[in-house]
Amino acid sequence: MSLLDIKNLSVEFQTAHGLFRAVDGVDLEIDQGEMVAIVGESGSGKSVSMLALMGLLPWTANITADRMLFDGIDLLSISKKERRQIIGKDISMIFQEPMTSLNPCFTVGYQIMEVIKEHLGGTKKELEKRAIELLGLVGIPAPETRLRAFPHQMSGGMNQRVMIAMMIACNPRLLIADEPTTALDVTIQAQILELLGELQKEKGMALVLITHDMGVVAETAEVVNVQYAGQQVERQDVVGLFDKPQHPYTYALLNALPERATSKRLPSIPGVVPGLLDRPTGCLFNPRCQFATDKCRKEAPDHASKVLCHYPLVDGKPSNGHPGVSASDVSVSGGAA
Amino acid sequence: MGAETVLKADNLKRYYDVKGGMFSKGGTVKALDGATFKLEAGKTLAVVGESGCGKSTLARLVTLIEKPTEGELILGGMDIASAHSKEDMITLRQMVQIVFQDPYGSLNPRQKISDILAEPLKINTKMSASERREEVLSMMSRVGLRPEQADRYPHMFSGGQRQRIAVARALMLRPKIVILDEPVSALDVSIQAQVLNLLTDLQEEMDLAYLFISHDLSVVKHIADDVLVMYLGQPVEHGTRDEIFSNPQHPYTRALLSATPVADPNRKKDRIKLVGELPSPLNPPSGCSFHPRCPLANDRCKAERPILASTSSALVSCHAVEEGRS
Repeated sequence: MSLLDIKNLSVEFQTAHGLFRAVDGVDLEIDQGEMVAIVGESGSGKSVSMLALMGLLPWTANITADRMLFDGIDLLSISKKERRQIIGKDISMIFQEPMTSLNPCFTVGYQIMEVIKEHLGGTKKELEKRAIELLGLVGIPAPETRLRAFPHQMSGGMNQRVMIAMMIACNPRLLIADEPTTALDVTIQAQILELLGELQKEKGMALVLITHDMGVVAETAEVVNVQYAGQQVERQDVVGLFDKPQHPYTYALLNALPERATSKRLPSIPGVVPGLLDRPTGCLFNPRCQFATDKCRKEAPDHASKVLCHYPLVDGKPSNGHPGVSASDVSVSGGAA
Repeated sequence: MGAETVLKADNLKRYYDVKGGMFSKGGTVKALDGATFKLEAGKTLAVVGESGCGKSTLARLVTLIEKPTEGELILGGMDIASAHSKEDMITLRQMVQIVFQDPYGSLNPRQKISDILAEPLKINTKMSASERREEVLSMMSRVGLRPEQADRYPHMFSGGQRQRIAVARALMLRPKIVILDEPVSALDVSIQAQVLNLLTDLQEEMDLAYLFISHDLSVVKHIADDVLVMYLGQPVEHGTRDEIFSNPQHPYTRALLSATPVADPNRKKDRIKLVGELPSPLNPPSGCSFHPRCPLANDRCKAERPILASTSSALVSCHAVEEGRS
């Protein structure tokens, strides 16, 4: 049995303009010691699906799933109290901005010790010893003195290390990192990613890395989930994803990267990610897809398949009886309203 | 070549005085400490570096938002130190325009797009309202916006479209130099490609000189002709794109390149690990400001500040490169 087993997770929000489906049928399975990356652009529902798992969404969210199990515990039906015992201990999450995730009114030492006290208990001396040990583990120099520092006295990279120390304090079995390095400089990003990778191997944690950066994915992940407009469009191991992308969205996204460009003009994806009011019928990617056919515009592809597409790509060409591509099939949907 | 040099900066410096408070004493932040470069029409110079390296200060100086503490800045053959009259300043300001990073913060939410775009013309030219409107519409079609969108407000546009509006606004006065301060880092990859293509097209069409400020080296590699690498207010390496990317010499440039994630899982990873963080610019290290993090540092680096010297390829400011240590 996998450590985390999510099947057909959907999250809907009631808005003034009607129901908005932020996450639409996402599956995620992760074993002890595994590392999965979730990639997608803004609005693809990658953070929302993980917040649903953590129980951190507001009451307006309607969460449904066929299955949402962590180590056999059903996360959909447990009480708030039971959830609080798991969150922070067995499952923990790191957020994008370390500066806003830490409480500015307390020292970092206090904030780390609070987590340990809440879940594991111990005397003040033990807590302090453990906190110093943790700060040393995440590579903060002179941890004894840093214990008494406030978040504003440290840099962004240092604060992110403190966040990581706090989150691994209770030896979690699953760590969710939501864009952990997006707010940091590249040299610091390299340090933090390396640290996360080392900790994951050392402690045998399962790690879910949410990111929009294809470079970060290529360098750290083993398995990749690609999400688009709330749907999971492709799941592959990392080498396969970059060498042989099967969904047209993944294919187009990789081609749009400047570093993969072969000419001065980048092959861009026309249009924008659909919002609440301009959701297309059929496949959600069809207005921007260069291979879209009438079938794509009418019928939504089957959720059960590994690639969410009527005509999965083989070597950059659509398969499965695609009628062939003509230039006029490329429909451009720009427009603001 | 023979392209027109539109911008020349010589030993440009900008210091900020920091007032002492109840618990701290004051000091001087050397935000930009001696930048020398020139910019040619139709070319792109990229300035790269981490936060606090002086990229944005440089942008503020070149756009005449602030005056340099020291050094010479010549825009289109005119020295800004000698420009005192109002007319001179107007000519200079029309020559340089800027596009900011965040298209959500740089457009006034209470102005229509047509008003946002017409404002530079209203202030700087004597065009009539109908001439301005015509100009606005032609610029909108140039950056890929439809005419019926002219009377909409910024919130009705997506991030990529807003950045198109910001680009259009910068081009209204037909500048020679456009400063692009992280123009695509707030955008998603698929939108980023659209905006980069637009910038490339406009540069060819209008013979614009771009000063492209970015921390994203893959974007820089794609768009730049020349690259200036900065660290803590000082340029550490300056050369053509190919020199910097295929033969980086300064240890910081090398570390920066190796730290940048590459979207290729098959690539062999031999990363140069940089220890520590950027030092505070209020209290910079002695000698070479990179020495506390540099794997090649020795006693000379701690004592003596290196100067930008020419090597076989790029201009590099490093004792280790000069002495051939590595």
